[in-house]
Amino acid sequence: MDSVVEALTKLNLISAFVFVGLVIWVSYWLSDVLSKGKFHGSAIAIILGLVLAYVGGLVTGGEKGLADIGLLAGVGVLGGAMFRDFAIVATAFGADLEDFKRSGFVGMMSVVLGVALSFVVGALVAVAFGYTDPVDISTIGAGAATYIVGPVTGTALGASSEVIALSVGAGLVKSILVMVGTPAVAKYIGLNNTKSAMIFGGLMGTTSGVAGGLAATDPRLVPYGALTATFYTGMGCLLAPSVLYLIVRSLAA
Amino acid sequence: MIVYGVALLGFCLLVGVIGGDLIGQAIGVQANVGGVGIAMLLLVVLASKSNKRIQLGPVTGQGISFWSAMYIPIVVAMAAKQNVLGAIEGGPLALLAGIAAVAASFALIPILSRIGEPAEPLPPLAEETDSEPVSNG
Repeated sequence: MDSVVEALTKLNLISAFVFVGLVIWVSYWLSDVLSKGKFHGSAIAIILGLVLAYVGGLVTGGEKGLADIGLLAGVGVLGGAMFRDFAIVATAFGADLEDFKRSGFVGMMSVVLGVALSFVVGALVAVAFGYTDPVDISTIGAGAATYIVGPVTGTALGASSEVIALSVGAGLVKSILVMVGTPAVAKYIGLNNTKSAMIFGGLMGTTSGVAGGLAATDPRLVPYGALTATFYTGMGCLLAPSVLYLIVRSLAA
Repeated sequence: MIVYGVALLGFCLLVGVIGGDLIGQAIGVQANVGGVGIAMLLLVVLASKSNKRIQLGPVTGQGISFWSAMYIPIVVAMAAKQNVLGAIEGGPLALLAGIAAVAASFALIPILSRIGEPAEPLPPLAEETDSEPVSNG
């Protein structure tokens, strides 16, 4: 038994290939059995992954879901930013440059709007919970953009670590909700073409959320959503601690 | 050669990420600005079928298509390493802020979609698309 665990741990990336293969196989089987394939296997696989991540967090108390379990450390490598970005770029192979150009303007506009919208919504929730310090309000608002914008803004403005932790929490909720919720709402928000995918990526901004949400909706939309989403965190880190914070401060005074 | 495709893909990502870091530094932001997006555009331009100077052989293309097809498994692994416990333990404020931000953003998609020329829905998905290279012609 020990030698099995040792081998799986030593070859952790290989173990991750086998593990993910099994998760996907189970998911497609569930999709067939429970919904006759209507509820897409990849959507089930992503939800299953999130559930397992929750279990991993409970078991280990760590922050990396299943990847904190020694023999599944490879899941963290395979699902980390390096491979994720590599695969996202690969999805652009065969994508149409004309489509990118055609919706480029509205796509980029949606990035600015998306950052501002999430920030305002997050800030309002912070106010509703009784926060009055513009630094706290802005940090939580920034966290509602993404879980990277939150801490970057909080650190720049000198927010307390509790508030920064809250902002990360808000960003995590957003990213997970986008992964799970996108296939469910896609029909109602017209998410079935390259243009709305670019707007979707720009408004949501969370790379993991957009990557997961579009994968479960229609993989052909991935490159379009990913393209705009990739500008979001940078835009958030630019706007939140500067313009948006100044607006909050002037409103609070 | 397959490795040419993989190398081209890697080259695009590296150029994109370095470019995104430089843009971030230039505008004084502690983050990568659009690195992956730059990489995607670079790949589309370099690997485009209409590109007269660079013609990728079919086998070279497989080196890229493979990683495109690995996208969903990688996203599943990504889901399995999320800090789901942290999201839930963030308490009601974090939950509500996250939920409200997502709901507001979803609501804005149809409104923004009306700007500019309308777009055609993609044709229905064929069976088993994700075992095939994504949108590869």
